[in-house]
Amino acid sequence: MDLVIEWGQVHALLGENGAGKTTLMNVVYGLVRADGGEIVFDGNPAAIHGPTDAIRLGIGMVHQHFMLIPPLTVAENIILGHETVGPLSTVDVAKARQQVSALANRYRLEVDPAARVANLSVGMQQRVEILKTLYRGARLLIMDEPTAVLTPQEAQGLFEILRSLAKEGKAIIFITHKLGEVIDISDRITVMRHGKVVATTTPRESSPADLARLMVGRPVMLQVDKRPARPGKPVMELQQLVVEDDRRHTAVNGIELEVRSGEIVGIAGVEGNGQNELVEALVGLRQPRSGTILLNGRDVTRTSARTFISLGVGHIPADRHRMGIVMELSIADNLVLATYDRRPFASGIVRQLSAVWSYAKKLIKSFDIRAGSPGQPVGSLSGGNQQKVVAARELGRNPKVLIASQPTRGLDVGSIEFIHKQIVTQRDAGLGVLLVSSELDEVLSLADRVAVMYRGQIVGVLEGKDAERERIGLMMAGAA
Amino acid sequence: MSVVAGFVVAGLAVALSGSDPWQSFYALFQGAFINPRALPETLVATTPYIFLGLGVGLGFRAGLFNIGAEGQFYIGALFGVFIGYSLHELPTIVHVLLALLAGILGGFLWAAVPGILKARFGAHEVITTIMLNYVAFALVNFLINNGPMVDKSSSAPRTPYIDPAAQLPILASGTRLHAGLLLALLAIPIVWFLLDRTTIGFRIRTVGFSPTAARAAGISVAWTLLATMGLSGGLAGIAGADEVLGVSHYMPPSFSTGYGFDAIAVALLARSNPWAILPAAFLFGALSSGSRFMQFQTQVSADVISVVQATVIMFIAAPVLFQWIFRLRRAPAPAIKIASEEGVL
Amino acid sequence: MNEATPLTLAALGGVVSERSGVVNIALEGMMLMSAFTGYVVAFQTHNLWLGVLAGVLTGVLIATLHAALSISLMVDQIVSGFVINILALGITGVFFKGFLQEASVAGPGVLPTWEIPLLSKIPVIGPILFIHQPITFAMLLAIVLIQFLLFYTVWGLRTRAVGEHPLAADTVGINVYLVRYVAVILSGGLAGLGGAYFSLQQIGQFLPNMTGGRGFIALAAMIFGKWKPLGAFYACLLFAGAEALSGRIQITGVHIPFQFLGMLPYLLTIIVVAGAMGRAVAPAADGKPYRKA
Repeated sequence: MDLVIEWGQVHALLGENGAGKTTLMNVVYGLVRADGGEIVFDGNPAAIHGPTDAIRLGIGMVHQHFMLIPPLTVAENIILGHETVGPLSTVDVAKARQQVSALANRYRLEVDPAARVANLSVGMQQRVEILKTLYRGARLLIMDEPTAVLTPQEAQGLFEILRSLAKEGKAIIFITHKLGEVIDISDRITVMRHGKVVATTTPRESSPADLARLMVGRPVMLQVDKRPARPGKPVMELQQLVVEDDRRHTAVNGIELEVRSGEIVGIAGVEGNGQNELVEALVGLRQPRSGTILLNGRDVTRTSARTFISLGVGHIPADRHRMGIVMELSIADNLVLATYDRRPFASGIVRQLSAVWSYAKKLIKSFDIRAGSPGQPVGSLSGGNQQKVVAARELGRNPKVLIASQPTRGLDVGSIEFIHKQIVTQRDAGLGVLLVSSELDEVLSLADRVAVMYRGQIVGVLEGKDAERERIGLMMAGAA
Repeated sequence: MSVVAGFVVAGLAVALSGSDPWQSFYALFQGAFINPRALPETLVATTPYIFLGLGVGLGFRAGLFNIGAEGQFYIGALFGVFIGYSLHELPTIVHVLLALLAGILGGFLWAAVPGILKARFGAHEVITTIMLNYVAFALVNFLINNGPMVDKSSSAPRTPYIDPAAQLPILASGTRLHAGLLLALLAIPIVWFLLDRTTIGFRIRTVGFSPTAARAAGISVAWTLLATMGLSGGLAGIAGADEVLGVSHYMPPSFSTGYGFDAIAVALLARSNPWAILPAAFLFGALSSGSRFMQFQTQVSADVISVVQATVIMFIAAPVLFQWIFRLRRAPAPAIKIASEEGVL
Repeated sequence: MNEATPLTLAALGGVVSERSGVVNIALEGMMLMSAFTGYVVAFQTHNLWLGVLAGVLTGVLIATLHAALSISLMVDQIVSGFVINILALGITGVFFKGFLQEASVAGPGVLPTWEIPLLSKIPVIGPILFIHQPITFAMLLAIVLIQFLLFYTVWGLRTRAVGEHPLAADTVGINVYLVRYVAVILSGGLAGLGGAYFSLQQIGQFLPNMTGGRGFIALAAMIFGKWKPLGAFYACLLFAGAEALSGRIQITGVHIPFQFLGMLPYLLTIIVVAGAMGRAVAPAADGKPYRKA
């Protein structure tokens, strides 16, 4: 594949998850070895064998998952690997802080160099990452999905920073799968699909619909096709719910919310505003500090995950690999992970493998899981099919309420459409759904009501038809 | 292959320490298979290895590294011998059964301690089980040397002999081969069934592969770890009781020759598969009985077996090593992965 | 202070290794092997100092094996440590039988006690800090040195970064493997010195399994000391105190069977590991192998 980046431009690299954008950039940054081809930097062929080479050439990368070390300070994180050295090979902390402050002032990226990274907000951490690359003299800046963790307003702030950097003559590669951003920020756009460049264009020449078609390879419905909801009785009610995170800090602070049968309630919000803790509390994996969770009117606040499951709470976890599936177990075993000890899958303590097997075959068919046999380990499936296994397991046991957290993260468009359709179908059959997603588009297209979460609180609930992007964005930032 | 490598390294060690490795290994072989009564002796040694290997392997399946099998073996033997000598005039079958159950109970309780510590506090079982080994040795030493279990009629420190009714019957006259072997052989399919066909086994395996996913699916990780640790200890305990009832018929203060540690190698070699425990245990049984003869014959310490063991484990645990040395195209999957999800050393 | 010497050296080794993200349960085996080779070399050369040197080198060598297994070959770090421990038991056993047993007529003796002039005359702290055998002095020095290295130098910053987030360290051009090798090998050197204590400073002889699980007690001390050199030292003093106390009680003739007193340090370790866990935070990447893409 070919890609040409020019100085002084913001160059967007657009593509679906799994199109190879990040892999390509990891090659440029020296983290992944290329199988062939060459990289020409500043007119000369560049041999990049590791990040050290990339840094020396002036290439900096801000990874999607920040490469910061939480217990260390801002200054320590920025100088790491290029330390200011004092006598006896000591780290000259004072000088490092000075340099960092100077750099921060110059680019108007104010941070406190003495603060611990663990105590910074996500937006601040991103600043530290950008400063880190500038400290190393980066002239080409690679930003991998930088807006995934930002509010629309914070993202605008980032765009301004990037534009001013470009004005100084730096080149910026902006990796994203969000069409809107691409139009906003970039000077040039390269679209990737299945590891290949399919087009290079500019925002003026292409409409979002054109870009979407290029990205996916076929026309896509940007809207989920669904009828208006016909909500029934409340299935899950939260009253003054307070939940703490692992460090015993309040993460969810007094939430009041109800999910009725036959509706999808979306939780919008920037990641890290308490959504994970909320979800864990709603599936019984985290004991709330106070407040009440009612399931069909029954108080289940102080019970276990097991009780939640047996009372009909389904859960599609955000972290599929850690929480959703067991890679080494077979598809069939994963499909009964929550019901393995119930009839007909077990009688007494003896498992009934033939019942498990035929049930698995049924689900594999109805959820269109592309697999050879139910006995195949789940780890051998593609990400989309793994997520279908999770969805099949959770929806297959006919829950009353489904807690779906980032249900389509990292999936290809086909799988996303399939899972969205399943959720809507089940809603029409009377399922109450709580959808937590940091993709505002996903919330807007699926949810019948949108609750916006900010700093552990619900700052507003909007009916689906009143939910405008702009307004939600302001609420996500705590500004409305 | 890893066994061959083990012998090569051990041979080097023997040669370096100034003895002839060929002669030593021939003596080892003689002691294991050829000498009169060698094979029955090998089978006698195989018996505890089967129980212990099953126990340690069961732990591995849940991601637990039970280094405490040795201590659980001691406590199992202690419980077994107590029932053995303190009850009288019972029918053999009842007495043996009671003593074996006592052994299981002893091992279970001793293993439950690190199990609870892990489940409740996240204390890593590697440290706690090793420490409990030392505590078990000291406890046994006290009870049998200068405590209430001393046989006052004997000059050597040991417990009284067990009641004849508590002895496991001998299978072949003139040998020490006892019915415990049959019990061990019976334990293999039981453990297999437990792991592969029951909900308990499913829980154990799921927790072993992914504690986080197990928790999300409503499986209590803490209880599963505790139960697995207990079962693992129970198997170690029955090994101890079986050894008392079948072989020694009393208990001296230093009872085991490291069976519990060898069992870790047995379980690793078998990749924790219950069926594969049998050949692995037989191999170590042969090494154990052979090395005693070798030590007697050639003055080479039986400790050389630990060198074999260490090398075997190293090769099993490092699939890449195989790749390098034998130029295999693809490395086999690692035999063991110890979940360090919570609790780090 | 004497009992605390090998514990502290091993615990420091643990701190260094785990700060870089490599769990080191092989400390026990490293100490045992070092106690053995240290003794053999001292015995053969009639030079105790060469013995100490041999002990340290042995620790370094075994640590290199641990590093190779766990860092390069991706063996589970605990399994690798376990293997080294039984290997040490086996090898020392074989060789002990091989020639030490027959040869041990008169050992090479023990290291001399040094008094630092003037300083040792300071009341109270003088005798505590300035009258010791050499390895104890080395231990005190090592605490200060490791504390300095780990928290004030470039090397320390990089080591801690690798132990917390190796991928992040890699992206700024730090060689994760190299950092971990260095840390594990340094850890082996410290444990080796600790091992030499047993055979060359304490009793002037080698006995099979003479380290008696102290490598594991040192790990518990390291956890209790929150992965900090000074903290680990205080924890080691506590353990050493327990050991010394059990010895004292025995001499005074109180009627407690000696086996129970012998259990004390082990029980204390269990309590500490259970109690400290959860409150102390381990380096984030401790125990996790790093695999480059």
